[in-house]
Amino acid sequence: MRRTAYTVIGIVILAVMLFPVYWMVNASLQPSGNTLTAGFLPLHPTFTGYKRALDEQGGNLVTSMIIAAGTVVLSLAIATPCAYALSQFRSRWVSIGLLAILISQMIPGIVIANALYTAYERIGLLNSIPGLIVANCSSGIPFAILILRSFMMSLPPSLVEAARVDGAGLFRAFVAIVLPISKNSLITAGLFSFLFSWSDFLFALTLTTKGGVRPVTLGIYQYLGTQVQNWNAVMATAVLSAIPAIVLLVVAQKYIAAGAIGGAVK
Amino acid sequence: MVALTRTTVAGRERVRGRRRRGEDLTKLLFVLPAAVAMVALFGYPVVKNLLMSLQDYTLKTFFTGAAPWVGLQNYSTVVHDKLFADAMLNTALFTVGSIAFQFVIGLGLALFFRNRFPLGGLLRSLLLLPWLLPLIVSSATWRSILEQDSGILNRTLMGLHIVDDPVPWLNSPSVALIAVIGVNIWIGIPFNVTLLYSGLSEIPDELYEAGQLDGATGWRAFVHITWPNLRSVAGVVLMLGVVYTIKVLDIILGLTGGGPANATQTLATQSYEKSFVDFKFGQGAALSNILIAISFVFAIFYLRSTRRAVDE
Repeated sequence: MRRTAYTVIGIVILAVMLFPVYWMVNASLQPSGNTLTAGFLPLHPTFTGYKRALDEQGGNLVTSMIIAAGTVVLSLAIATPCAYALSQFRSRWVSIGLLAILISQMIPGIVIANALYTAYERIGLLNSIPGLIVANCSSGIPFAILILRSFMMSLPPSLVEAARVDGAGLFRAFVAIVLPISKNSLITAGLFSFLFSWSDFLFALTLTTKGGVRPVTLGIYQYLGTQVQNWNAVMATAVLSAIPAIVLLVVAQKYIAAGAIGGAVK
Repeated sequence: MVALTRTTVAGRERVRGRRRRGEDLTKLLFVLPAAVAMVALFGYPVVKNLLMSLQDYTLKTFFTGAAPWVGLQNYSTVVHDKLFADAMLNTALFTVGSIAFQFVIGLGLALFFRNRFPLGGLLRSLLLLPWLLPLIVSSATWRSILEQDSGILNRTLMGLHIVDDPVPWLNSPSVALIAVIGVNIWIGIPFNVTLLYSGLSEIPDELYEAGQLDGATGWRAFVHITWPNLRSVAGVVLMLGVVYTIKVLDIILGLTGGGPANATQTLATQSYEKSFVDFKFGQGAALSNILIAISFVFAIFYLRSTRRAVDE
């Protein structure tokens, strides 16, 4: 009886916390207009908001997708060997490396944006997808190292040693043994890198100066910039941009808390 | 393994010696790409910002390449700016207000979810959604909820006769900061719940069982058992909160853009405006260095309290 009461209270808490998310979906299904006259339920849902969102922001969604995928590949390629080294090699450099990662978390994105803007301006990476991928790795790499390392700490050294006795080099043992066994943590790290990059707004805002490359977060910001003309299109774009987060939560539920905790050890 | 049993002991030693030297190189290669990336993405920007803050680095610099050294002039300009004191105060209010409420609400929810009940685990993981949404999506959603004339919050408050006139949540200098802090609290609660919940899970049940025999239940159990055992995790959560909150930019830009009448300007938004709106990169860099310096003071506490967690 008491346990049921707890469940009811839990559902109420969740309903309050997720109300804005519900409201985003509700508002996205309303007819177009610059006022928000939506009732509590979308009794007459229309998809005109989504049609407009896809027309105006479809390309930006694709841009965001490419940038996020690129960030995942580059972040994991760089972070995975390093995470392995920090978990298995015995050296005083390990604690120095970890300290560097801790300190990196204190550096505001605007500092990175300032420096990258001047550098990109010189080497022609402003308004480019590779430029944004590299910038987004600043959130992907440290996080991926921490998550992967916390998993790899639990790998018994005997696992790799067995392969080494067979004559495999360190690198081959890493690829053949460590990578396959770390699949779950690689997925977790990859999903988070994707999400960080997908959510990025600061680099999109500062490292693009003209319309060519425009991630969807910037598209939403520009919708909000002027007087909002069509709330349903804005909210439909918001819903579409929220899909990766929702998919992540459903598909990788158990990894997310682990990721949040692993990342907090930062 | 079969191949190795056939080699002699001496041969094995030779192979091992050669391998060790090659191996040091291989080990270096494991770390090298990450080291280069960290230097390029964090080391370089910090050094570059320090240099830029001592230069007259403006839009002109991109055309002429000239960025004359001006000593500490940028710092003195930004500190004497009439907005600086406001930005400092707003940064402090934003950080303290956000963290205090995120932590207290987060701790309350974490304690609640420690009760075992049907669907508890599922509800707790769904609670993470606000933290996972892109910040600009949350900003857009809250803009629509807080909209003065037709937003659902004002319509509800007026419908319930709690207020007579619509509250200008984001349009009035006197309430905008409160509204922005409120949204940031909403975003930060899931993170606090998750970390505090995992801290609570690590407190052994036996402690509570023993406490129960001594009459420590409810509030007394919290004061004498839960809080002392949660202190180190709480320290980590609070310091992380400060380090992350003090540099928040996306939410404020999305909700108010620092307005109305600069009521929600913080050091981070000011730094952004100096660099990327006014194109005074030297001044923007000076402001962001002040931001780093403040965060560094907190980080000293932070590193002290997380050292244990890292070693673990």
